[in-house]
Amino acid sequence: MEFAELIKTPRADNVVLHRPFHRSVEGTLCLTGHHLIFSSRRHDNSEELWLLHSNIDSVEKRFVGCSGTIIIKCKDLRIIQLDIPGMEECLNIASSIEALSTLDSVTLMYPFFYRPMFEVVEDGWCSFLLEEQFESLCSMTNEWRVSYVNEDFCVCPSYPAAVIVPRSVDDDALRKVAQFRHGGRFPVLSYYHKKNGRVMMRSSQPLTGTNGRRCKEDEKLVNATLRTGGRGFVIDTRPLHVAQQARAKGGGFEQEIHYPQWRRIHKCIERFNILQESFIKLVEACNDQSHNMDRWLSKLEASNWLTHIKELLTAACLAAQCIDREGASVLVHGSEGTDSTLQVTSLAQIILDPSCRTIRGFESLVVREWLQAGHPFQQRCAQAAYSNSKQKWEAPVFLLFLECVWQIHRQFPCSFEFNEQFLIMLFEHAYASQFGTFLGNNENERAKLKLPQKTMSLWSWVNTPDELKRFQNPLFEANSLVIWPSVAPQSLQLWEGVFLRWNRPSQFLEEAEAERHKIVQYNKELQAKVNALRRQLAELEAQQDEENP
Amino acid sequence: VENVRLLDRFSSRRAVLGTLYLTATHVIFVENGSETRKETWVLHSQISSVEKQATTATGCPLLIRCKNFQVIQLVIPQERDCHDIYISLIRLARPVKYEELYCFSFNPKLDKEEREQGWRLVDLSEEYNRMGVPNNYWQISDVNRDYGVCDSYPTEVYVPKSATAHIIVGSSKFRSRRRFPALSYYCKGNNASICRSSQPLSGFSARCLEDEQMLQAIRKANAGSDFIYVVDTRPKLNAMANRAAGKGYENEDNYSNIKFQFIGIENIHVMRNSLQKMLEVCELKSPSMSDFLWGLENSGWLKHIKAIMDAGIFIAKAVAEEGVSVLVHCSDGWDRTAQVCSVASLLLDPYYRTMKGFMVLIEKDWVSFGHKFNHRYGNLDGDPKEISPVIDQFIECVWQLMEQFPCAFEFNERFLIHIQHHIYSCQFGNFLCNSQKERRELKIQERTYSLWAHLWKNRADYLNPLYRSDHSQTQGTLHPQIASCNFLYKFWSGMYNRFEKGLHPRQSVTDYLMAVKEETQQLEEELEVLQERLANLQKSQSGDNKVKTKQQERSKHCGLYTSNNSLANTPQEYSNDLKSFPSRSPSQGDEEDSALILTQDNLKSSDPDLSANSDQESGVEDLSCRSPSGGGCLPSEDSGKDSDEAVFLAG
Repeated sequence: MEFAELIKTPRADNVVLHRPFHRSVEGTLCLTGHHLIFSSRRHDNSEELWLLHSNIDSVEKRFVGCSGTIIIKCKDLRIIQLDIPGMEECLNIASSIEALSTLDSVTLMYPFFYRPMFEVVEDGWCSFLLEEQFESLCSMTNEWRVSYVNEDFCVCPSYPAAVIVPRSVDDDALRKVAQFRHGGRFPVLSYYHKKNGRVMMRSSQPLTGTNGRRCKEDEKLVNATLRTGGRGFVIDTRPLHVAQQARAKGGGFEQEIHYPQWRRIHKCIERFNILQESFIKLVEACNDQSHNMDRWLSKLEASNWLTHIKELLTAACLAAQCIDREGASVLVHGSEGTDSTLQVTSLAQIILDPSCRTIRGFESLVVREWLQAGHPFQQRCAQAAYSNSKQKWEAPVFLLFLECVWQIHRQFPCSFEFNEQFLIMLFEHAYASQFGTFLGNNENERAKLKLPQKTMSLWSWVNTPDELKRFQNPLFEANSLVIWPSVAPQSLQLWEGVFLRWNRPSQFLEEAEAERHKIVQYNKELQAKVNALRRQLAELEAQQDEENP
Repeated sequence: VENVRLLDRFSSRRAVLGTLYLTATHVIFVENGSETRKETWVLHSQISSVEKQATTATGCPLLIRCKNFQVIQLVIPQERDCHDIYISLIRLARPVKYEELYCFSFNPKLDKEEREQGWRLVDLSEEYNRMGVPNNYWQISDVNRDYGVCDSYPTEVYVPKSATAHIIVGSSKFRSRRRFPALSYYCKGNNASICRSSQPLSGFSARCLEDEQMLQAIRKANAGSDFIYVVDTRPKLNAMANRAAGKGYENEDNYSNIKFQFIGIENIHVMRNSLQKMLEVCELKSPSMSDFLWGLENSGWLKHIKAIMDAGIFIAKAVAEEGVSVLVHCSDGWDRTAQVCSVASLLLDPYYRTMKGFMVLIEKDWVSFGHKFNHRYGNLDGDPKEISPVIDQFIECVWQLMEQFPCAFEFNERFLIHIQHHIYSCQFGNFLCNSQKERRELKIQERTYSLWAHLWKNRADYLNPLYRSDHSQTQGTLHPQIASCNFLYKFWSGMYNRFEKGLHPRQSVTDYLMAVKEETQQLEEELEVLQERLANLQKSQSGDNKVKTKQQERSKHCGLYTSNNSLANTPQEYSNDLKSFPSRSPSQGDEEDSALILTQDNLKSSDPDLSANSDQESGVEDLSCRSPSGGGCLPSEDSGKDSDEAVFLAG
């Protein structure tokens, strides 16, 4: 297919662009296969806008006389308005944008066409291999091994080719366990707690069904993660009644009689459409321009968004607590084990593991616990909060995770190497990107699409020195401890950086951030100068000592 | 009384045993056993209510609520003791004479000279000079010199030059409590001004020639504009109701060239109830997000804060952008008027955003113009209907502005919290009584100390590290975004959950940056020393003895670094969260985590007097800081059910 077929009017002049907190600008609008480009044609390029079609969530048209207006709502939650003279041009442009922003085929997406303008220092596709992770694990324990039982993605289509499992369980047993778990997602290692050797595992629900099926290999695998006499907790992210209902459909949960060393805890983490609706309501509330304080608070409350945040953080704290405080191992799962499960396991690691709070460590966490673990990014992030099309797979699961990280970051502003911008950047790229990292729903699909060969990795870009600078938190001081956030309502706030980003004045906050940078930077420069002088002095003094013994 | 248990608000399991002492000025709880013997001190004047609850098997519970939003729950073994304490506290918390207040016995060991100097720190006539008055348009009037015209006004009042004594006195007779229009802020740049008064006694049709002349005089003092705004900060309905009582508001037809404007800020009773409702929400044991947001909305508190801000913004705009003078009043002109004038001044003039300027602002718009501190904050036993968090709201407005303009204020949040604390503490004489007249009669300045001097002495604790006098945010008028600004108003947990340290960010950006800045300063000094030494060394090849002394000097500097770094480094204690977990594991409470230090608590606050309320005190660990983390972090302890599972499920 040629993009040209979809672009009937590639260019329109005298278009007026309206954005909140910006002056309206007149200029030229161009459509290309992947971008909407607006330029005021001034010399300084300052009034130029490049928008990826894949970032566009919805397009609305309005007509007044013979000129039309297009309102474009983006997945990064920004809203822009374009006034286009000429009815036909306007209609053409609107329909082109609609078509180009909802392309069916992945291989037509921009990452397959994008050519980087930066020098690749390190190929991000090879940056976070499981084998490296396993090596560091081996330095601490020999109870684990890498299994390639899923090499051809047959045992579990949503797992990566290599996973870490208890050494005492062989591949045949794994195959049997996979039969007993939803989607073949048998329990695998998610996190090893260095301090006490306890672990966090994740899986999907066991397929016990109504007649209480059991699987000896599954029991053995789960128990293999306990040390002698140890105890464990199964954190089921569904409320008990939901888990019970799941039995009717062949799913279920671990029965205590079959897993006597394990205690089950049910949490209530919402999924799919409930989250999506909550997301839509919240964004609606944030865009409400009325000046009524009461309405704002009640809309915020009605969206339930912060309730989801609180539930999620609580579940993650609980998992972390079981491991660090109770000295128990933990198995986390919900139904499929691809959404709430990953939210809990990854957040628990943020709390427990200082290395996850560095830039590199966080990238590794996202790769391990989200991309390789088979969170279906393509399905979940197909649309954001403005889309009218109601598909059932969209849900802001990853965004919720990022926001929880932000909440913890806010409570421990000096314990993270990255800043808020880093989290916002990940949110943007999960929904629309020039990089291939978040394409596809699992490693299997990514391999089939040959993403590593055909597209650029987000990490290749982020980890260039220039970009890294933008994402560094000036206040970072390595903190080797477990950080326990507060989940009381008074401690949780709306993530303004994402939800109010386009409708609040940000100048003063940015100035404050710049000031913080400046203070720390100046301190570092002085330190360097003083150290240099000290060295110089010491050398001079040593020379003198030699001269006058 | 011995064997008293201090309960944790969030968990009945976490209670500490100790001894309760009542002194003439404080309630003191000293913990048994533990090495530190933690102490909690509460000033009697901070106590807002004492509640005796039904006796249980374990003893008699006593609930003490404080005006600085601390809540203390005690269980006393003997019912009789509890009753005695209850009766004593009720009496002690409601002194009937000013002489009973703490400021008359508080002695910070300063000599007379230092005390007088302290009182001179804030000088209002200096402040009016700074504004640019007296000048060709404004002069001091001595009509109120013996409080003869208005007993709630100061003796020195600035009025338009063309307003004769006859006009002032005539106007005062036409105003509630004779609070005639007087200057609050003068804008040097364009001659526009903010004046304040009480409501006119207009009833349905009354007029007063002198009052009309007075307003005209205000207009004439600003040649740049042919009208003035008259801002009535009350809701229109309230103002109209006042007419029936012979009061009311200005009729535009009677006054030449005024534009009249209502701004609906509710009265003190509505505000009192609103705060009450919000505090109930803050006190909920483990509220869900919905409970909290719904309760916050239902209290209406943020709506009221926004109304006050909107009024201030309106006036600041009129003065700065339109160059029009404004007369502000409400009913008596000492509550809403004070709020609105001071918010507008703060927006208009960067000086008021400095530490010194803020003290001056409170002194000018609140203390000198007769805000009824004693009645509003219940320092002496009085009518509970007079109590209302009027200045608390102003302080919150400042905090909301600080959140929007992080670089604009020289002071930090702690400064505001400590001022709020001392408005109720009665430890200093500044906020005693209801008017300047009463304070002079009591000879406050000779018998008590000034808070401003105390805060000024410890100003390093109150600095905002992001403030630079040459920063764009510290220049000129602040323009808060009024469009679509609902979400800019946030719940201030630092104030209303002040003692629930576990709810606050565990690392303070302010403290961290202050430590960095301090270190930077030392580095600058060392750099100079090093450069000098280097220059000396290169110049002369002098002997080794000199080198030795220098080496000593250097090691001294190194010492400074390390100590300083460790301050910058401090992570925090996840306050006693160990206890919040069902205890089974032996690994619990292991060294690593519990060795952490809470940055905020660690923060010395070189403020021995505040330590009367132990949380600021250096060595003494604060009891209250442990409270919420359990409830906050993990819901587990709330359920006392048998199985582990149930414990966790409680969330």
